[in-house]
Order: sequence, then C-alpha cells, then structure tokens
Amino acid sequence: MGRVTSEQVRDWLRRYADAIAEHRVELVRLDTAIGDGDHGTNMDRGMRKAIEKLDGSAPGDIGADLKAVGMALVSSVGGAAGPLYGTLFLQMGSAAAGKDELDLDGWAAAVEAGVKGLQARGKAEAGDKTMVDALLPALEALRQGGELGEALRRSADAAEAGMKATIELEARKGRASYLGPRSVGHQDPGATSSYLLLRTAADALA
Amino acid sequence: MKKLINAPDAVVREALEGMEAAHGDLIRVSYDPAYVVRADAPVQGKVGIVSGGGSGHEPMHGGFVGRGMLDAACPGEVFTSPTPDQMLAATKAVDGGAGVLHIVKNYTGDVMNFDMAADLAQGEDVQVEAVVTNDDVAVEDSLYTAGRRGVGITVIAEKICGAAAEEGKSLAEVAEICRRVNGQGRSMGMALTPCITPASGEPSFELGDDEVEIGIGIHGEPGRFREPLAPAAHVVERLSTAIVEDLPYQSGDQVLAFVNGMGGTPLVELYIVYRELDRFLQARGITIARNLVGDYITSLEMAGCSITLLKLDDELTRLWDAPVHTPALRWGA
Repeated sequence: MGRVTSEQVRDWLRRYADAIAEHRVELVRLDTAIGDGDHGTNMDRGMRKAIEKLDGSAPGDIGADLKAVGMALVSSVGGAAGPLYGTLFLQMGSAAAGKDELDLDGWAAAVEAGVKGLQARGKAEAGDKTMVDALLPALEALRQGGELGEALRRSADAAEAGMKATIELEARKGRASYLGPRSVGHQDPGATSSYLLLRTAADALA
Repeated sequence: MKKLINAPDAVVREALEGMEAAHGDLIRVSYDPAYVVRADAPVQGKVGIVSGGGSGHEPMHGGFVGRGMLDAACPGEVFTSPTPDQMLAATKAVDGGAGVLHIVKNYTGDVMNFDMAADLAQGEDVQVEAVVTNDDVAVEDSLYTAGRRGVGITVIAEKICGAAAEEGKSLAEVAEICRRVNGQGRSMGMALTPCITPASGEPSFELGDDEVEIGIGIHGEPGRFREPLAPAAHVVERLSTAIVEDLPYQSGDQVLAFVNGMGGTPLVELYIVYRELDRFLQARGITIARNLVGDYITSLEMAGCSITLLKLDDELTRLWDAPVHTPALRWGA
C-alpha cells in the first residue's frame, strides 16, 4: 500500500522549492497578466526561507516540518499567498503532528485539513479562479484511495486539469477579480503554484 | 529599466535606513521584523494607530508616522502586503494600554495578514480593532469581486484618526471616526503610464502612447476603461463625476479635496487637475473647505493622479486641522 516517510516529505518540500525557483519567471508572468506580478518572487523567497529552517533542524516529525514551513511562509511571503500557503502547511502540520510516516489515508487527511484551513482564510470556492481550483480536485482524487503512488499521480493530474480549467474562468477573488471578464483567458498563478505542489508530491512521495 | 537603486532585493531595507537617517528625531525603525515606529512610542494611555501595506506607495505609510498621525507602519516588499509577525511586533510596540487600531486598505493580502495579526495580538492580550478602507469607486462592489480597493481616503483617515487618538478618544471612538471617514469618502484614479517594480523589471501593464487608463489601482491594476488621451478638464470630469454620483455629494456640501500624484506626474500638472476639480465642484454647489495636493499615495513612477473627496462635518474638520508632525505631513507643530 505504501507509506510516506518524513525523509520523503522533506524531499518533497525541497523539490517544491526547486520547482518554484524554476518556474519563478513564469509565475511572475501569469501574475502580471491578472494580478500584481509578484507571485513567483514572493513564493521563491518564502520557500528558500522554509528550506533554510528545515536544514537547521533534525528530521523525523512530519507535522513539525510542515508547521515550520507554514510559519516561514507566513512571515516571509506577504501578499495573499503568505497567509494562504502558510495556513495550508500549518493545518497540514497539525493533522500530521508527531507522525514519522503516513499512509494514504493519513496523507489525504493532512491535505484535507490544509485545504479546509486555506478556504476558511481566503473564503474562495471552487470556480473562483484561485488555488482552490487546483487543490480541491487533487484532494478528491486522493480520497478515491487505492495504491499510494497511483493516488498521488492521479491527484497531480487532477490538479493539472484544475489549473488549466482556470484559464476559462472569470476571477471572483483577489486582485484578478478587479478585471472581471478581462481575467478570462489567463491561467491563475495561484492554481499554477498549487499544481506544482501536487506534482512534486507525486514525484517525491510516490 | 532605469532605477536609482543598488540592488532590487535591497530596495525596501535601504529606503528604511535612509528614512531613519533623515528623520531619526521623529521615528525609529525596526528591521527584523520591519516596522517604522514613532520615536516616543508607546504613548501611555493613547490609542495606538498602526497601518501598513506594500512598499512603493511612499510616503504612505512610513512617512505618516509621528505625532498626530500613525504610531507605526509596517512596510511589505514592493506592492506586497507585510506579514503578520511585522504587524504583531508593531502593534505591541505602540500599545500604551488603550488598545490599537489597525487601518487596513482593502486588498486581499493586506486584509488576510492583518486578520492573522489581530488574532495573534488578542492572544497576547492587546486589544485590537481593525477598520478596512474601501473608497475606490472604480471597482464595482459585489460578491463577485474582492470589493472596492482602499486608496486615497486611507491617508486622510490616518491623519484624522491620529488626531482623535491624540485627543484621548477611546479605541471604539477612534474606530468609529475611521469608519465615518471611510464611509463619507470616495476616490478614483487614472494613469498615463504604467510603473515597473524593481523585482520584475517589467511594466505592470501595457498602455499605448495615446491612451489613458481610467480607474487605475495603485499597483497598476486596471480600472474601468481605457480611452484616448484627452485634456485635463475631460479627465477630471470623468473621475469627479464617478465620485460625486457615488456617495452622492450634494449642493451645499463642504468637502476635503485631495488631488494625489501617482509618483511620476509633476506638481504643475496636479495643480491643473486641482483647478479643474475646483471648477467642477463649484458648478455643483460643493465647497472645497480643505485640500491636499501632492504625492502622498503613489505607485512607484507611474504617471497619473487620483482624486479623493471627503464630506466634512465640524468634528472631522477640527481633527484634520489639528497639529501633525511626520516626515511627509506637517502643520501646526
């Protein structure tokens, strides 16, 4: 059935930081089109801070690692992404507190806690053209169960489809909402960074 | 991109160091976490006033820290909301036992970060009230947007609330005055050119040489529509009509008129805007009882302006006239 270990979670977080750095310019470009053009820069700064924090502590507690990442993001990203990604990781961390490994159910429960916390903070629903449009389908895919690696890949694929579907949506939250119909035709930068989160999870944890 | 900087990622910190060097008699600066605080903070028994937001809008907010205005300001990265740890530290630094008012511009990031900070402050037994400003009539206020943006009225609210706090009013009273200022104020802006953030190096939007964007936001967010460049009188009529019809302002009203430069428009043009605004309001029987003209809530080097009107009453006029001594706004002191 497979399990997610604390070492794998750290590998995932490092891969995510690398993916954000690699896609920094693309995220800035997407955000310039419908937001304020800082998403890639801010997430890159935040994830580098998060990895620095992890490097200074001993591995073993998945919940503690996720909380450390959440606090680093809250205090270094700013914008809307800081509280949103920060809350996502903090809530995931609470759900995985004290665990050195998780099965698929445990992993899905942590992701669900994170997504719920993020929705409570940002008040976005499916279809608002936000991170939620990548995260909710991914969570649903995880909840279908099965073999861990397969579920993680299905979840990343669902996030990718959700991200691409934001192109046709009209934004109803955040700065993109000021554009109204002019936001249609652009992929949401938050959904894009959320997709990278799920894709790197499939790469590292499967 | 040509900018007078040393390094893009050092812009905010180095500007703070410059401010501290220039105005050490009025302010102190904390760098980690970053906030600007009144030199004599905390003032015992006085409500503390804290604001904050992305950098790039100078002199807002750091330039408004001092007696009679803000007790502290939290600068974020350029056009990026500051973070809850900055806001919490600033809030604690200015709490003189009478509670702290957060004045928050209505942007998704600012509101969420200040929310988290207020939660954290309450957890440390500091009484916090937050008022969100949302005066930008360019944005349709509906369930389907993030709501109206907080723009020019924020400067006026910070001045008036600062004076109310200096008078010894309670946190609830200062918050009520802040809501009244926001409720009686309306703004709209326009841009002739985009701006370039130091980190991206790219213009925030594309605008033709012969076009203007009416209803622009202070981060280069688009507004209501684009139209061909026209004389100042036409532009002022566009902005002012939207503003006076929204509240609505009526014949006989006394207003504070604030003509604000976006950073790249010379004062000589702002006075032409003021001339047109004065004529426009006179024709409607609205009297400008107080005014402010200059660059106070900017958008880096964007060329353009915004107009803010506040319907005055005796109390708001008195509080506006009260002494203020900050790096960017000073009278009576």
